[in-house]
Amino acid sequence: MIPEATKARFVREVAKYPADQRQSAVMACLAIVQQDLGHVSVESEREVADYLGMPPMAVHEVTTFYNMYNQQPVGRFKLNVCTNLPCQLRGGAHALEHLARRLGVEVGGTTADGLFTLQACECLGACADAPVMLVNDRSMCSFMSDEKLDQLVEGLRAAEGQA
Amino acid sequence: MNVRQVLDQFRAQGLETCFHGRHIEPQIYAGLDGRNWHLKDYEARGGYQALRKILGKDGGPGMTPEEVIAEVKESALRGRGGAGFPTGLKWSFMPRQFPGQKYLVCNSDEGEPGTCKDRDILSYNPHIVIEGMAIAAYAMGIGVGYNYIHGEIFQVYERFEEALEEARAAGYLGDHILGSGFSFQLHAHHGFGAYICGEETALLESLEGKKGQPRFKPPFPASFGLYGKPTTINNTETFAAVPWIIRHGGKAYLECGKPNNGGTKIFSLVGDVERPGNYEVPMGTPFAKVLELAGGVRGGRALKAVIPGGSSAPVLPAEIMLGCTMDYDSISKAGSMLGSGAVIVMDDTRCMVKSLQRLSYFYMHESCGQCTPCREGTGWLWRVVDRIENGQGRPSDMDLLDNVAENIMGRTICALGDAAAMPVRAMLKHFRAEFEYHIEHRSCMVPAYV
Repeated sequence: MIPEATKARFVREVAKYPADQRQSAVMACLAIVQQDLGHVSVESEREVADYLGMPPMAVHEVTTFYNMYNQQPVGRFKLNVCTNLPCQLRGGAHALEHLARRLGVEVGGTTADGLFTLQACECLGACADAPVMLVNDRSMCSFMSDEKLDQLVEGLRAAEGQA
Repeated sequence: MNVRQVLDQFRAQGLETCFHGRHIEPQIYAGLDGRNWHLKDYEARGGYQALRKILGKDGGPGMTPEEVIAEVKESALRGRGGAGFPTGLKWSFMPRQFPGQKYLVCNSDEGEPGTCKDRDILSYNPHIVIEGMAIAAYAMGIGVGYNYIHGEIFQVYERFEEALEEARAAGYLGDHILGSGFSFQLHAHHGFGAYICGEETALLESLEGKKGQPRFKPPFPASFGLYGKPTTINNTETFAAVPWIIRHGGKAYLECGKPNNGGTKIFSLVGDVERPGNYEVPMGTPFAKVLELAGGVRGGRALKAVIPGGSSAPVLPAEIMLGCTMDYDSISKAGSMLGSGAVIVMDDTRCMVKSLQRLSYFYMHESCGQCTPCREGTGWLWRVVDRIENGQGRPSDMDLLDNVAENIMGRTICALGDAAAMPVRAMLKHFRAEFEYHIEHRSCMVPAYV
């Protein structure tokens, strides 16, 4: 079930579009669901569909088309490291490998404690900041040297009380 | 520290990319420091004067919509998103008398690899985009607009929403702007990870809450756009150029660039340069000068190649690039395109096969799957380049790559197919020997690469 507090956040998004175009808010609503619940389940898709007056399949098309929606649960922190060419020229792939070693996971995997999921990703639109990465879809981290990556991992562990 | 505080330590501050003081005659990035993005700061820089001017709220007579469009036409402002289409001409395509809503859309879905200029505009000068959009809406008689922002820069989307609130509260957006008869509602919309949504009709589909699959054109958005209504879509930087044009005149804008290439342009210098970042310079500035602003090639190494307009633009070897000026016509004459203004610099340690392998993977990953030549062809291109890179290439692969690329180009609904094929053809044209060496020796001819 999508909590009422989460649904309350939909209102502001739906208000941006004409009354007969509620479907336009689907991307924002799914992003809110993901932020509050960690991923977008088929059950959540159905509830969003009901809320916006869309066929559930139309919502599922959106979830599956856009790269950033998590269709499965991920770790507490999802780390996306850009490996596209401009980043590759400035250590993007190295940053990804460093995190994989540091966390002891394969790219695409989640740490045993459920704290981190590590993924490669395509262009984040911050190429001059390379190596660059995104944490939980919403926080971009720039100029991520090995030292800063270590600091990030330790900082997040400490913030979750698992240092 | 809580999670937010931890993450904030790594948030870009713009010092390296925007506030380095190495722009030349900047208009959009002028006077920014990262803290002065608020409405009152923008007003102190002369912001919203252009909107006041056209509405006759600066003591002057105001401007008619036709006069605004004529000014933009004279400026020779061309679309900054990649296609370089004349902005004033695009605006004149909108039907004047249309019963019902028309829409204005800003394309801030900045995902062309190498490009990060719109992010800095929206982060550090969001009101310039709001003012530019309001002026455009007035010129075309539009009542509602959306700014579609790349989902990956979510913090920038949040910043833009804050700026919208400020503009509404000050009467620059909403009903009866500044007490005039002109009303314009503007909202922010975010993407969530799909390169294809930078294509204007895919963006419209996405804005309607669907998969971002491009539409067949015609009909063009000016007649059938968002929700089937007349719509104009421009890039963020294009809108950001408009207030300056209205305040100083189209002629002055044209004169600060070169004929047919008005104004300043922001270039994102990325890859093997000493100081990666955005550099705003007059159109027609020599490439060598822009490279120098970015501190030259990293580590003082020799320049090997440049992709001058985002990853979809054909690569150019150093000797050709060093003879170019940075404007639509010069780069086009050299066989590439200015595109989004992302300049991907590669030094003499770079392997072109490995570079193309990464780009081809990207286009395969981002193909929306709608057109067979692109859906199948991008995967085919990647598989062939990948096997060459991994020492499994066959002599016939050279012709195969060319053939597959040729059969994608011009055979798809949108430009993603061409964008995947062009880098392949340009790499084979300019760096053929490297590919042949890889196939023959099953190893790289560049001694040390990443």
